[in-house]
Amino acid sequence: MNLWLTRLLRNAITAVTSLGSFARFVISTVDGVRAEPPQRRVIVPLMVEIGLKSVGVVLATGAFVGMVLAVQIYNQLHKMGAESTAGPIINLSIVSELGPVLAAIILAGRVGGAMAAELGTMKVTEQIDALRTLGADPVTYLVTPRFLSCLLLVPILTLYSDAIGVVGGYVMSVKFYAISEHYYWEQTRRFLEMWDVFVGIAKSLFFGGAIGLICCYKGFQAGQGAEGVGRATTNAFVAAFITILVSNFFMSLFFNTLYRVLHS
Amino acid sequence: MTDVVCATKPSEGLIRIEQVWKRFGSTHVLRGAHINICRGETLVIIGESGCGKSVLLKHIIGLLRPDKGRVIFDHIEISATDETDLATVRRRFGMVFQLAALFDSMSVRENVAFGLYRHTNYSEDRISSIVTEKLRLVGLSGVESKMPSELSGGMRKRVGIARAIALDPEVILYDEPTTGLDPIMSDVINELILRVQRSQNTTSIVVTHDMKSAYKIGTRIAMLHKGKIIQVGTPEEIQNTTNPIVGQFIRGEARERIEESLA
Ligand SMILES: Nc1ncnc2c1ncn2[C@@H]1O[C@H](COP(=O)(O)OP(=O)(O)O)[C@@H](O)[C@H]1O
Ligand SMILES: [Mg+2]
Repeated sequence: MNLWLTRLLRNAITAVTSLGSFARFVISTVDGVRAEPPQRRVIVPLMVEIGLKSVGVVLATGAFVGMVLAVQIYNQLHKMGAESTAGPIINLSIVSELGPVLAAIILAGRVGGAMAAELGTMKVTEQIDALRTLGADPVTYLVTPRFLSCLLLVPILTLYSDAIGVVGGYVMSVKFYAISEHYYWEQTRRFLEMWDVFVGIAKSLFFGGAIGLICCYKGFQAGQGAEGVGRATTNAFVAAFITILVSNFFMSLFFNTLYRVLHS
Repeated sequence: MTDVVCATKPSEGLIRIEQVWKRFGSTHVLRGAHINICRGETLVIIGESGCGKSVLLKHIIGLLRPDKGRVIFDHIEISATDETDLATVRRRFGMVFQLAALFDSMSVRENVAFGLYRHTNYSEDRISSIVTEKLRLVGLSGVESKMPSELSGGMRKRVGIARAIALDPEVILYDEPTTGLDPIMSDVINELILRVQRSQNTTSIVVTHDMKSAYKIGTRIAMLHKGKIIQVGTPEEIQNTTNPIVGQFIRGEARERIEESLA
């Protein structure tokens, strides 16, 4: 009993101190934007790495998300004879819910994992210490540009994914299941608002920032050796994944409530 | 012969490590390590692997902070200076890391020039000529545009030294500069440390467990054992030590260790 209590207390203390150190990390990263705006020669290669090289995987994800939603939703609605409403349901899911979440998860794996592994390697090979001895702040120098790149590029990549998802959903619904093209788009226009697109972008902005911060933080926390880097990479992905799913739930709740308040 | 009077008069040490304690979790690494380092000397720190030599070295440049005790460099209390102010103090230091710690994503030129870009407003031409000069000093030429992954271990170490001396620091810290190199390359590095020492009259602190190197480059040799400096002396004094632990280490005897592991 006593032992159990001690352990609980110790875990609570660890949780609070690590939250504190993450908070300090976030503050230094954001402060870095002001203190030392990233140079073009640092940020351009990063943007190419994070953005350009992720386009393929994001498009593939988006297309299949759109298509599978169409398959699922068409078949459910067909039983109720309400296929004509498939358009708005599919497109709404893509734009404000599944599109941002799945794009973020794919990017957490691709970009976040790579960043955690890169920074983790720099940590275990003392490159981060070397930066400090040469007068550079590792957070400002390494994390701030990565954070900014993710913040900017994850929403853009999400828009790509949404666009191809909408096409995928349309192809399956109209070309494969033969829903009336006119109804499909007319209903979509009626029920899909700019608001939903805005919610999707707002979410992906948050996901982008979270991926950048969490994955870089886990990289910096890497323990010793190749094993430490491997563990940091896995931890980064799991932490980013959970953060995306949980924060998405709360953001959906928040934005839906906000919408109702604004329109009543 | 360098004057080593500061060893007995603490106020004259350029760097003073005062009763430094450091632990990681439950591992007590330093337990009251204490030593003064004089301006212009080459102090070699020896000790078995994992005894905390790198940890001690990192305290000198403020990469680690002591749990207890102080580190003082030229009247500046390194152990109590915040990270922002340390950046300026560190301009007076150069550090050579065990595995060189070259920046993987940068060319040799960018690695060597890194500190110059951060701390000076020199023109590109001036930076290029400093880079070339420092690379020549370490015996490398025409490697400016190579990436670290294209270099051998010995070359990486030498680029690491060139990077550390780019700003002509007053103090250079070397972490195991000869470990993992073949005997000839080790000697090349020893000669290089001596040459840098003489050409710029720097204070050097060299961590190693290579006794040949220690005798060759050291003004004084200090042994770290169980978190404390157990003996400091000239190479002759260390060679003629009466301390059994130091004697066992410098002769590379395993006797006691085997008994320990059999017990
Ligand atoms: N950042 C760190 N976190 C946890 N333990 C560390 C850290 N740095 C060093 N140690 C531990 O401190 C001890 C001494 O390490 P080190 O100074 O690297 O030894 P060496 O004398 O071989 O250079 C080792 O047990 C090492 O695992
Ligand atoms: Mg070491």
